[in-house]
Amino acid sequence: MKLVVIGNGMAGMRTVEELLKIAPDIYDITVFGDEPYPNYNRIMLSPVLANEQTIDDIILNTREWYAENNITLYTSARVNKIDRKNRVVYTEDGVSAEYDRLLIATGSKPFMPPVPGNEFEGVLGYRDIKDTNDMIEAAKVYQHAVVIGGGLLGLEAANGLKIQGMDVTVIHKNEWLLERQLDKAAGGMLQKNLEAKGLNFLLNKNTEQLVGDDKGRVKSVRFSDGQEIPADLVVWAVGIRPNYALAESAGIYCNKGIVVNDTMQTYDPRVYSVGECVAHRGISYGLVAPLFEMAKVCATHLANFGIGQYKGSVTSTKLKVTGIDLFSAGDFMGGDDTEEIVLHDAVGGIYKKLIIKNDKIVGSVLYGDTTDGSWYFQMLRDGKAIHEIRDHLMFGQDSLGNSGHQGQDKAAAMTNEMEVCGCNGVCKGTIVKAIQDKGLFTIDDVKKQTKAGSSCGSCVGLVEQILASTLGGGYAPPSTSKAVCGCTTKSHEEVRAEIRTHKYLNIPDAMQGMAWSTPNGCATCRPALNYYLLSTWPHEAKDDPQSRFINERVHANIQKDGTYSVIPRMYGGVTTPDQLRKIADVADKYAVPMVKVTGGQRIDLLGVKKDDLVDMWKDLDMPSGYAYGKSIRTVKTCVGSEFCRFGTQNSTQLGIDIEKAFDHMWAPHKVKFAVSGCPRNCAESGVKDVGIIGVDSGWEIYVGGNGGIKTEAAQFLCKVKTSDEVMEYSGAFIQIYREEARYLDRTVHWIERVGLEYVKQRILEDADGRKAAYERLIYALQGASDPWAERVKNREQHKEYETITV
Amino acid sequence: MSNWVRVAPLEEIPKLGARVVRSKDIDIGVFRLEDDRIYAVNNSCPHKGGPLSEGIVYGDKIACPLHSWKISLVDGKADEPDEGETACFNTKIEDGIVYLELKE
Repeated sequence: MKLVVIGNGMAGMRTVEELLKIAPDIYDITVFGDEPYPNYNRIMLSPVLANEQTIDDIILNTREWYAENNITLYTSARVNKIDRKNRVVYTEDGVSAEYDRLLIATGSKPFMPPVPGNEFEGVLGYRDIKDTNDMIEAAKVYQHAVVIGGGLLGLEAANGLKIQGMDVTVIHKNEWLLERQLDKAAGGMLQKNLEAKGLNFLLNKNTEQLVGDDKGRVKSVRFSDGQEIPADLVVWAVGIRPNYALAESAGIYCNKGIVVNDTMQTYDPRVYSVGECVAHRGISYGLVAPLFEMAKVCATHLANFGIGQYKGSVTSTKLKVTGIDLFSAGDFMGGDDTEEIVLHDAVGGIYKKLIIKNDKIVGSVLYGDTTDGSWYFQMLRDGKAIHEIRDHLMFGQDSLGNSGHQGQDKAAAMTNEMEVCGCNGVCKGTIVKAIQDKGLFTIDDVKKQTKAGSSCGSCVGLVEQILASTLGGGYAPPSTSKAVCGCTTKSHEEVRAEIRTHKYLNIPDAMQGMAWSTPNGCATCRPALNYYLLSTWPHEAKDDPQSRFINERVHANIQKDGTYSVIPRMYGGVTTPDQLRKIADVADKYAVPMVKVTGGQRIDLLGVKKDDLVDMWKDLDMPSGYAYGKSIRTVKTCVGSEFCRFGTQNSTQLGIDIEKAFDHMWAPHKVKFAVSGCPRNCAESGVKDVGIIGVDSGWEIYVGGNGGIKTEAAQFLCKVKTSDEVMEYSGAFIQIYREEARYLDRTVHWIERVGLEYVKQRILEDADGRKAAYERLIYALQGASDPWAERVKNREQHKEYETITV
Repeated sequence: MSNWVRVAPLEEIPKLGARVVRSKDIDIGVFRLEDDRIYAVNNSCPHKGGPLSEGIVYGDKIACPLHSWKISLVDGKADEPDEGETACFNTKIEDGIVYLELKE
């Protein structure tokens, strides 16, 4: 089939890129662009004008890229006719192309109000590379620049022209700058900062006429109040208008833009449209993030998958003027039915305002410190309830007791040489360069290209900030409810729900029933599916070892050189001289290179060859310690009341009881318990998934702690009297986590998403639900057997442990 | 000169799984896809030498168990944007027995 694309800009080409990703072979693609350049990053024109980047820097797709992908590209080619009956498009120069599907991405045009004098030389809009070059050339010869319009684009143009050496005056008809992004207070602060950079402002002014000299060049601007100021260059930046004249002339229904439905289809089913030229649900967007969302949806329909729907976008904006930090999103003005939280430090140059409605953030303006812009925006998009963190909200994500890396805005202060990703050794400069050179717009792209954030994930917040600050308005944070992986469009929650409703009991049935797009998934979705099946249908679903990570397949933890570590169970961290002798003998017999005590109070035999594993387990004759799995790991205990002079409760015994009761339990991620016998908390209960602390009158239960990547103190859940109650409450908590968290979520991540209130409601307020959950856990664990003993017993069935020598 | 060696009966290699063949110089991972195609590659990830045989097999690819590089079993190349390649070996199945061709 033939696909013709009219418009060689960001929206059109993004659609083509998305299409090539999912269906590279179904179309012969022809692209028409009326500019003489290949696709470039239009949002970076302002940095070009400000001498911060060059034209070459902002090219997104080179001519070689078009050639490599067999795309026929016509540049400087303006399409002026679409013959829908015969399905042909024609350019002004007489070139024609037939189509089976047509994509119109003609973008927008600067709005030039009908003011006398627009025809003079030196009057222009600000839209493309040519306009940018014209401004740079004008700045070499002329002195006085007037920018009409104090919006984002106007201010960026003014800043660039000032850097090019001109005297710049910005004319704005409103009472303050950026009235569509800022309230009056923030607008005033912005004006002060820009005045300090040497810009002049005339507010509340209506332009009446541009006056020309005898050579036909503009020489001044006259206002409705009679004032007149000199101008050798006039830049109109009072808005854009969707460019839909071509579509309209072809009889495609337009209403202030090309009207499309949620699949980006126009009234002609063969014709799609994306970008600034469309009117979707009556709205036309002028920012890049919505265009990309449209592109993704449109590509799935062009590829005949027919799955995506575009439902409109909430946008956020940033001003790309170096040294000015400004962020706004959503409904930032508020009204009678909204609440405001405001922080205003006029001397420090900081202003923050959050608009809240029905316990949710609906808008925000940040000036001077935009550190938390993407965090607020994420909550706004996700509609997250904020009452739990309301008192800290204004002080940012850092104030939430998060001592890890995520959410610290070091991005701006960092030098290019500073390391961002400690796992993969990636510096800030490498990330910024990749974003600019390769035209990256999403966290996933950055992860793929640079590896930053792709291992432990603790630096993702920082990477996100670097992305946001490099891209400015082009960045849209990902929503949290996303597809499991590239093999499906379904989210974790949807997959879980379908497994339950349709009672899928094995992976092939589940994949077929849910229309997986790959024959047998990938290394991301298979382990998740396997876990969801087993946790939803215990004793019924079929475990698939080939969909488990190697550690869970061989019941040992793989090391960097391909050897394994062996950690036997020692319930509650209590051992005996006999066990220790046995471990010592085994370590000798198999020449174990290192014997180490673990953080979870166990003994680790490191450097074991795979071929020795089964023999070793046989000699050890101890159960598997599950130190390798997404499973119950250890229950760490302190000495407790049996020996300790401070101990108030028998923490050691309770720890042993819990570890025995929940032994063999698989979970979305590893699960660590600890039991301390008194508030001195020697077992470190404060950083465990479930931390239990004995007090004189009973036990306190804390949940969602984490000592790893993201150090997080556990939160108080409740206090109970007896050890039986500890079992029931903590078991119910873990079972609900097992049933509802996403695969690879630790308890802390899960609680962060659903809120502690939800957990409390399920565990504390719903006594029947709690008991039922605890019983489901006990049922799931019934009859579970030790995997090491099983391997020793059924050795012949596990040939894959043996190396074949030739 | 061809140098075919016997690996194992097909059923002793798990579907979407692998076995390790130790030759004089190197370990070779022998992989079985869902449709019973058999591929063999040098059992060492081009990234940090991880034992590919221990990874998760999907489609005609293997995800390395150490850092999840994705390696094509067909041509031994790493998925973009990673760069690297591991050697491939010819395989065949005759009378239900899997054979592997070692290089001289």
